Amino acid sequence: MSGAGQYSDERAREIIAAHMGLEGPAMPILHALQEEFGYVPDAAVKQMAEALNISRAEMHGVVTFYHDFHRAPHGRHTLKICRAESCQSMGAEKQARAFLDKLKLDWGGTTPDGALTVEPIYCLGLCAHSPSALYDGEPIGRVDAEKLDEIAAEARD
Amino acid sequence: MTKVYIPLDMAAVAMGADRLAAAVTKEAAARGENIEIVRNGSRGMLWLEPLIEVETPAGRVGYGPAKVKDVASLFDAGFLSGGAHRLSIGKVDDHPWMTRQNRVTFARCGVIDPLSMDEYEAHGGGAGLARAFQIGPAATIEEVTKSGLRGRGGAGFPTGIKWKTVADAPADRRYVVVNADEGDSGAFADRMIMEGDPLSLIEGMIICGYAINGSKGYVYLRSEYPQAAVVFGKAIEVAREAGWLGTNVRGSGFAFDIELRIGAGAYVCGEETSLLESLEGRRGIVRAKPPLPAHVGLFGKPTVVNNVLSMATAPMILEKGSQHYAELGVGRSRGTMPLQIAGNVKYGGLCEVPFGLTLGEIVNDIGGGTLSGRPVRAVQVGGPLGAYLPPWLFDTVFDYEAFAAKDSLIGHGGLVVFDDSVDMSWMARFGMEFCAIESCGKCTPCRLGSTRGVETIDKIRAGQNVDANIELLKDLCHTMKFGSLCALGGFAPYPVESALRHFPEDFRKPALEAAE
Ligand SMILES: Cc1cc2nc3c(=O)[nH]c(=O)nc-3n(C[C@H](O)[C@H](O)[C@H](O)COP(=O)(O)O)c2cc1C
Ligand code: SF4
Ligand code: FES
Ligand code: FES
Repeated sequence: MSGAGQYSDERAREIIAAHMGLEGPAMPILHALQEEFGYVPDAAVKQMAEALNISRAEMHGVVTFYHDFHRAPHGRHTLKICRAESCQSMGAEKQARAFLDKLKLDWGGTTPDGALTVEPIYCLGLCAHSPSALYDGEPIGRVDAEKLDEIAAEARD
Repeated sequence: MTKVYIPLDMAAVAMGADRLAAAVTKEAAARGENIEIVRNGSRGMLWLEPLIEVETPAGRVGYGPAKVKDVASLFDAGFLSGGAHRLSIGKVDDHPWMTRQNRVTFARCGVIDPLSMDEYEAHGGGAGLARAFQIGPAATIEEVTKSGLRGRGGAGFPTGIKWKTVADAPADRRYVVVNADEGDSGAFADRMIMEGDPLSLIEGMIICGYAINGSKGYVYLRSEYPQAAVVFGKAIEVAREAGWLGTNVRGSGFAFDIELRIGAGAYVCGEETSLLESLEGRRGIVRAKPPLPAHVGLFGKPTVVNNVLSMATAPMILEKGSQHYAELGVGRSRGTMPLQIAGNVKYGGLCEVPFGLTLGEIVNDIGGGTLSGRPVRAVQVGGPLGAYLPPWLFDTVFDYEAFAAKDSLIGHGGLVVFDDSVDMSWMARFGMEFCAIESCGKCTPCRLGSTRGVETIDKIRAGQNVDANIELLKDLCHTMKFGSLCALGGFAPYPVESALRHFPEDFRKPALEAAE
């Protein structure tokens, strides 16, 4: 799992500097920050705004516009469950609801032990194997309740 | 040494292809068999994934869907020389799914090692670019125009005309941007090309760059496609090492380079101006047109924005000539369309055929009907902004114009099949909810109308003032259609209105429970 790195201004500065040669570096920087720290810390956004010479408000606007970027740490593992149409045609919505209910979570929630965050995702291009999911970057086709339970158990270990 | 193919395609991996490849390697070593495993793209017969193929003197023989537990019995059956096995599908090229197709864009996908320049060239790769260099930029654009190729991203705009507009725009810099945001549910053709034949996309971008006199190309890939990012990233390196990218492309003196950029989970960033905003590092807010990106695009420079398939088809058009492509298809829909058949369907996958099949042929003959075995009730064509069509419209011909005439769109060619357990008022609600989640927020009808739409459908589903609320919903749809800047708000009403029109009974059930 990525995101083990402890936040430091120093490290954020390095990451930002490493991308400043790109045209339109903001998105690559945000991805790199999230990869490093597991989220996009406000302190890093402040540095980014300075480096890119735009206001902090505008920089925050960018971070919050995109569903992928989050401003606080997530669980140690992330499960993204597809809820787009194809997966719904195979019963994904009901299945996901039951799973969330069992964990007493809503979409985007994290289990109290910090093990697992469950997020919605809108199509993984695995629609011929709906329902689908992505667990820590690993694609899973034909997800069923049993598989979801396995993941929840594995995340706790 | 026997060549064994096991796809690296994300769908195959999602069904266990990596574990399978490891198990085959181990078993071969234990049995002292000399094999080479090639990680290819998918042939598109996704219901057979993971599909193992073995190269035999008689051709490539397939076995699928193969699981780790099948590995020992495959070796026992002598699959390395094409032996009979429960999972055998015989010669892959002779499979009915393959023989009915006319593969142009996907000719190499699943056949070659996607990261081998030698195999790419042995299968015709590079010939299109060589011809472009030979006939020059203007004639290259002319070829693309004459082929009749229309943008595969959804709007169906003629690709050659777009290239010409950019080439003619005065500028010191021009850009090639590939739209790989493929956010439509039911669509996976762009992903399959980027994983299965990435060099064709790279070649198409170089051809485009050469034709418009641009030196830099960007691919904007959605973050939901991690495997495509890995494979395409490697393909850029392969192309660079082979001298296809850099200051002197294949010794021509033309300079071109490509950079891969990853999106961040915003559907609206598939809209071309939102995509450009995102590439520039801003929120993906849609820009008003004009100016067109072809005049004022990335960093204010003239920019071609093309879908992955449009771009990846260009090399084949240059190689074989525009006539060859234009001869396929019907009416103003020329060439082939890679259909993506998904959802509750028996044979899900990618099938590239000339335009002109009927919807019924696609769903029932090619797709084999539902996976559940229950009757088909609805098919959503063209992603979340596409209409739901009932079986009594299955005689609709699959082309741009025929679909437009039925208040629907073919979009990116994705079809999602639903059986009779579907609740169409719920799907209509989801359509509105999706629009609310993904709206860029620029226009009121899209931003607020979609949220109002969700609330209104909730009331209808709860049995409150059903007639009045259905009227309100129709009004809302009308306002969104005509008051939205881009097709997210403008087309989001299509699934809702089609559900209302074709499945009115689903809006008049006694109080439904949420999420049923
Ligand atoms: C909300 C929205 C989402 C879109 N998503 C995509 C997409 O994922 N891929 C794509 O190629 N085009 C998408 N388009 C269409 C693009 O705006 C644009 O027309 C297309 O990239 C042009 O390429 P083409 O001419 O090769 O089709 C989308 C449009 C809208 C309004
Ligand atoms: S229709 Fe929706 S997504 Fe499109 S520009 Fe308007 S608010 Fe943005
Ligand atoms: S809709 Fe779930 S993978 Fe496409
Ligand atoms: S910006 Fe168009 S309605 Fe507010």
